[in-house]
Amino acid sequence: MDNLIPLILGMAAVTYGPRLVPFFLVGGNELSQRADTFLKCIPIATIGALIIPDVFNAVPDAPLAVVFGMGFTLVYGFWRGGIIIPVLGSVATTYLVLLVTV
Amino acid sequence: MANNDIKEALKVGFPLFIGYVPPAIAFGILAKSCEISLLESFMFSAVVFAGASQFIALNLLMTGMGPGGIILTTLLVNFRHFLMSTYLSTRIGKMAKRYIFLLAFGVTDEVFSVLSFTKRKLTKTFVFILQLSAYTGWVSGTVAGYIMGGFLPEILTKSMGVALYALLLAILLPELKTSAKAICLTIASGALNTILIKLDMLPDGWNIIACILVIAFIGSFFMFQEQGEKAYG
Repeated sequence: MDNLIPLILGMAAVTYGPRLVPFFLVGGNELSQRADTFLKCIPIATIGALIIPDVFNAVPDAPLAVVFGMGFTLVYGFWRGGIIIPVLGSVATTYLVLLVTV
Repeated sequence: MANNDIKEALKVGFPLFIGYVPPAIAFGILAKSCEISLLESFMFSAVVFAGASQFIALNLLMTGMGPGGIILTTLLVNFRHFLMSTYLSTRIGKMAKRYIFLLAFGVTDEVFSVLSFTKRKLTKTFVFILQLSAYTGWVSGTVAGYIMGGFLPEILTKSMGVALYALLLAILLPELKTSAKAICLTIASGALNTILIKLDMLPDGWNIIACILVIAFIGSFFMFQEQGEKAYG
C-alpha cells in the first residue's frame, strides 16, 4: 500500500473545515425565533437519517441480527437509559443471533 | 463552577468513551484487514476523527479509488457537520478564538448529539472534556482493534458493526421518550433518507444533508407554536 499520510491529511482538512466555519459565521448573532426552532430540529433530523436505513447493512447479509441487536438498544435504552449497556448489549445480542443463525 | 463542569462532563463523557470503543475496535480491525500500517490507522482516527466516513474511506481505498476521489467523497459525506456546528455555535457562548479552533475539531455525529441534548450551559470546560473522552475512546479503540483484531472471533468482529448505530440510538432515546414529535421527526427523517437513497439522485452524503434540511424545516413549523415547551434546547 502506498503512503497514505497525504490522503489522511486531505481527509482531515475537508472534515475540519465544515466543522469550523459556522462558528465564525453565526457566532454571537441573535437569531430569529424561526431560525432558532429550525436549528433545534437539526439534531433529531440528523440522527434519524444517520441510522435509517444504513443500520440494516451494519452486519453484511444479516439484517435479522441487526434487528435484534438494535432492538435490545431500543428496549433497554427506552426503559433504563444510559449508553454503556445499550451499546455493549447490542453487540452481544447481535453476536448471539449470528452464533445461532450462521 | 469550573469544578462542577468537570464533574458533569466526566459523568456524560465516560459512557461516551466506552460507547466509542466497540465501533473503534471495528475500525481498527478493518484497517488491519486492508493492510494499512498501525501508524496510518492511528492517524486516521487521531487526525480525521470522523467515525462513519473513515469506514467509507477504507472501503473506497479497497475498490482502488485514488486519494482525490476519496477526499472529495469525505468532503461530501462530512459536510453535514456544517449544519451541526451551525447549531452548536448558537448554544456555545462567546469564547476566545483559540478555543473555537479546538472545539470545532471534536464535532463528530456522536459528540454533537450528546451536546445538543444536554440541557445545561455548554461551557468550554464541559465541551472540551466531553470531546476528549470521546476522542480517547475512538483513538485507543482503533489501536486496540488493530492489535487484537486477529485474536477475536470473526462473528464478534462482525457484530461490532452495529455499535456505531447503537451508540447514536442510545444518545437519542431519552429525547424520544419525552416527545412524540421527536419520534415522528426521527422516523420521517429515516423514511425520507430511505426514499432518497432508492432514487439515487444525489452524491454520497447529500441525501443526509437533504433530510436534515427538509425535516428540520418541517419540524420548525410544528415546533414553532410551542416555544414555552422549549422544543430542544
